[in-house]
Amino acid sequence: MDQAHIRNFSIIAHIDHGKSTLADRILQLTDTVPAREMREQLLDTMELERERGITIKAQAVRVLWKGHQLNLIDTPGHVDFTYEVSRSLQACEGALLVVDAAQGIEAQTLANAYLAIENDLEIVPVVNKIDLPQADPDAAAAELADLIGEDPERVLRISAKTGEGVAGVLDAIVERVTPPSGALSAPARALVFDSSYDQYRGVVAFVRMVDGSLSRRERMRAMAQGTRFEAEELGFFSPTMRAEASLAAGEVGYVITGLKDVSRLRVGDTLTSEERPAQEPLPGYKDVKPMVFSGLFPTDSDDYPDLRDALERLKLNDAALFYEPETSQALGFGFRCGFLGLLHMEIVRERLEREFDLDLLVTAPNVAYRVKPTNGDWVEVHTPSEMPDDVEEVEEPYIKASIIVPKEYVGTVMELCNERRGKFDHLEYLSEERVHLTYELPLAEIVLDFYDQLKSRTRGYASFDYDVIGFRPGNLVRVDVLVGGEPVDALSLIVHRDGAYARGKALVERLREEIPRQLFDVAIQAAIGSRVIARETVKARRKDVLAKCYGGDITRKRKLLEKQKAGKRRMKQVGMVEVPQEAFLAVLNLGNGDRR
Amino acid sequence: MSGHVRHLYVHLPFCAHRCGYCDFVTVVGRHAEHASYVDALLAELQLERGLLAPELETVFLGGGTPTFTKPEELARLLAALPSADEVTVEANPETVTPELACLLRSGGVTRVSIGAQSFAPRLLATLERAARPDDVRAAVYALRDASFDNISLDLIYGIPGQSSADLDRDLSEALALEPEHLSCYELEAKPGTRFAHAHGAALTRQSESMEAYFEQVVERLVAAGYRWYETANFCRVPERAGGRDLRARHNLAYWRGRDYLGLGIGAVSTVGGRRWRNAPRLAAYVAALARGERPERVVEPLPADVKVRERVMLGLRLDEPLRLAGVAPALDRAGLDRLERLGLVQRGIDDGGRETLALTPRGRFLGDGAAAVALA
Repeated sequence: MDQAHIRNFSIIAHIDHGKSTLADRILQLTDTVPAREMREQLLDTMELERERGITIKAQAVRVLWKGHQLNLIDTPGHVDFTYEVSRSLQACEGALLVVDAAQGIEAQTLANAYLAIENDLEIVPVVNKIDLPQADPDAAAAELADLIGEDPERVLRISAKTGEGVAGVLDAIVERVTPPSGALSAPARALVFDSSYDQYRGVVAFVRMVDGSLSRRERMRAMAQGTRFEAEELGFFSPTMRAEASLAAGEVGYVITGLKDVSRLRVGDTLTSEERPAQEPLPGYKDVKPMVFSGLFPTDSDDYPDLRDALERLKLNDAALFYEPETSQALGFGFRCGFLGLLHMEIVRERLEREFDLDLLVTAPNVAYRVKPTNGDWVEVHTPSEMPDDVEEVEEPYIKASIIVPKEYVGTVMELCNERRGKFDHLEYLSEERVHLTYELPLAEIVLDFYDQLKSRTRGYASFDYDVIGFRPGNLVRVDVLVGGEPVDALSLIVHRDGAYARGKALVERLREEIPRQLFDVAIQAAIGSRVIARETVKARRKDVLAKCYGGDITRKRKLLEKQKAGKRRMKQVGMVEVPQEAFLAVLNLGNGDRR
Repeated sequence: MSGHVRHLYVHLPFCAHRCGYCDFVTVVGRHAEHASYVDALLAELQLERGLLAPELETVFLGGGTPTFTKPEELARLLAALPSADEVTVEANPETVTPELACLLRSGGVTRVSIGAQSFAPRLLATLERAARPDDVRAAVYALRDASFDNISLDLIYGIPGQSSADLDRDLSEALALEPEHLSCYELEAKPGTRFAHAHGAALTRQSESMEAYFEQVVERLVAAGYRWYETANFCRVPERAGGRDLRARHNLAYWRGRDYLGLGIGAVSTVGGRRWRNAPRLAAYVAALARGERPERVVEPLPADVKVRERVMLGLRLDEPLRLAGVAPALDRAGLDRLERLGLVQRGIDDGGRETLALTPRGRFLGDGAAAVALA
């Protein structure tokens, strides 16, 4: 199809604002999916996504509307996936900005809308859920119009649920979004905006053809990496895979590469023809750097090889996942994993446990630190226990937090941000009722429970998004925990010096509750270097024996004993002390009241 | 008779009342069935006679409340059971009359174990025991009058509402009766009992404050001249018992891993590599034996390695050292080293120059935890 009749767009919406429902409705309205095969959230193919109501992997679907080819490029909808969103947006000329008529704009919508504007996308504003009794379409439309500098009259008002106004959305895409304008006769250039892996067919690249065309069985080359392959098949999704002879400039589709090693084709690379290669690749993507790190250890050390295999498999369609082997004295062999954010971490853990049936111990998350040891060069530290004892300087990642709240919660949010070492940046009224606040905060202060706190202190009204803005110096110290005199590497923390005492005290108190009484006294200490800052003792048991044991009791007694032994095996041995695995999560659950 | 088993247990399940904390196999009342049950016991004895050695060391009649059984049936049973050096009967205080004492004596009983539990009326009520403190004293006097010279008292401690002073009074009252033997049990709320339902939460609440009661019991009884020979059992030291070894020989057989035969509903037997438990249903038991068949049983095979583990588990309950030879495969050397460093076990050499192992007094208070560490 000629480019004048092609429109490439994505949908930007906050979770629950109806993106998937709108996508479903578009598939129905364009007869892409027969009514009888329609099921909810059709595009969210992974089981996990359906349950959480969110989408992780971008996917592109082609629909036909009034003589036009419309390619809907799906975007993930959460704060952790800003990077994936930006990938998707680069493959589009337009975006539907969807806002719930009852909720208005949320922080994350804002972030993604700005991203779309930065990418010069034509934005089609849509107020959804106008059928809801509590809907206030006028207010939502006014906010939207104000945000993108558009006439409120041009904001579309729809109900994806009932289908009202959805045809108008498709018309608006055709009318307002500019068609692609690649050079059809130029050497082929296709942007790889995502990929997935199929056990039998290898790497499947999702591409946006920018210039020229590519055909089945054509020899291709990934320009940045130099990887060569022959396209086994190419085509588009509608919504299932439809093979085509070729893909031409402006079109969106897939290429089955036959590559068995995912690392050989990076997302962001440019595919070109081997026979008639392009001179310059398309602008690629920057590598994402994971900022949140956590140790993943198998509960049963025999599962280590399975965990390794599972991480390798996950990495295939999750380029952002980082992992390296880690050995902990307390927890044994495992992996230090890097994530884009907390949700990403949660999803990876769930997928490992659910899809790979692994039982995992996940240590408290921490951020990456840049450390300059005394008389040494700067290094990046991903684990608190790696932090050298003598440091000249330490830097930690900072974020710019964007928070939208009803005005009555501004005070409480500012209080929370101040408690977390936040620096006020900006305050702006989005409407009479709603305020947009920005703060600069250390990432470390949000990785544990900031979001939960924000939600609970604003009764769920606050929405939150953040961008990493770089490393800044911090007065940070490493707090070590000693159990029975033995340092427990997995429990070390890096904290701001001002909060070290309170955190150390809260942690040892928490551990005293988690570590069961043993056959001897167990000292639990928090220390900075050799200076102990807090101490608790788990008193020895005075009695651990069941009184009665006669002929009829022996089997029961023996089974109880075996159970007791099995319980010991599930414990982690720290010196002579048996520490239950839950204790390693103690640092995760330090109540907020204990902080500073 | 060609067997080797020298210890016989006979279960008499009848009780006047089922106490809330009890999880033994018991049957309330049913006077009409006492005779048929004794018939069944004797029929089962007949069926298993081949397992028994020509001479038995011990016979133990447990319950239930053996002395609640109709006197003529109890007498008939005692007369029909093989004789042994030690014949013990369990008794509830309120059932021990001078007549019963004579009946037991003439039936060949050498030792009576009285379920006193406590001397405080308030605590006895919590335990749902029918006996009054005076009943315990009367029972002991009746037995002494019938010339019993081996009486044991059972005490329970850790009863909801029991203070440390209450426990001390109970121990004083018991010691005043000069029993040859004492068994002291911490009250356990066993899952599924009415007691656990009614008092489980109270027991959990008080567990910390009552943690020292076990030590209190041991200190008091040892000071009074008793030997703490098993976790929950005490007997007068030989010097204060005319040189006699007053340990319960029947129970000692369990702790030393000897074979034993159990008759009656719910009774457990361990013979060679097998352990079996008779089904705990009275009617089915009586009916099966009336047909000349063995009662329904649950059989558990006991491979050699399991028996060795049991030897360690049981042997460590005793004050006499356990010989290492034979049980070594079941032990975790590193675990033993740790226990030794903590002062919970003591290794030694016995008179024959063989290596032995025993828990220290402190280790015995932590016996289950220590055994879990000691076992491989």
